Amino acid sequence: MKVGLVAGSVVSTISHPFFDGERLLLCDLLDIEGAAAGYTIAVDRVDAGVGDTVLILDEGSSARQLFGVETGPVRAVIIGIVDEVDLAAG
Amino acid sequence: MQLGRVTGTVVATIKAEGLEGVRFLIVQPLDKHQEPVGEPIVAADAVHMAGPGELVYVVASREAAEALEPRFVPVDHAIVGIVDEVHL
Repeated sequence: MKVGLVAGSVVSTISHPFFDGERLLLCDLLDIEGAAAGYTIAVDRVDAGVGDTVLILDEGSSARQLFGVETGPVRAVIIGIVDEVDLAAG
Repeated sequence: MQLGRVTGTVVATIKAEGLEGVRFLIVQPLDKHQEPVGEPIVAADAVHMAGPGELVYVVASREAAEALEPRFVPVDHAIVGIVDEVHL
């Protein structure tokens, strides 16, 4: 999983049927220092909003289990809103 | 998934089994501000409606194969949506 920051949303009318009714959020991926290091578009499962720090699942098999489907072109899913990240000193 | 801009088409008559009827498009990956990043890729069109000039989002790796019917079509990138708007 990865930690990300919700930067915005993606609106799509024409999409693969899997994404019908799903909310897509554009998330900056954060490195260990909290700096943006690339981005991903993820399906939101926790009602995250812009500015939220989130936990992003980026693995297809788990994502499909989460949606209860055997097939589906899904991989990146927001599965949590992060309250805090504590790093050990050193 | 990543944003991309469709910049062209690829026609291949001789293809591996499972690829019959699959359209291939050239896609330039974009950063979140829709600026080009990295080299263009060839992606299968899983929405069957994407065309040159369009802003799309693309899924990579095994999940790309899941976007197409039948299952396990041998592709590594697939266009799974046409983007109307990106709100940042």
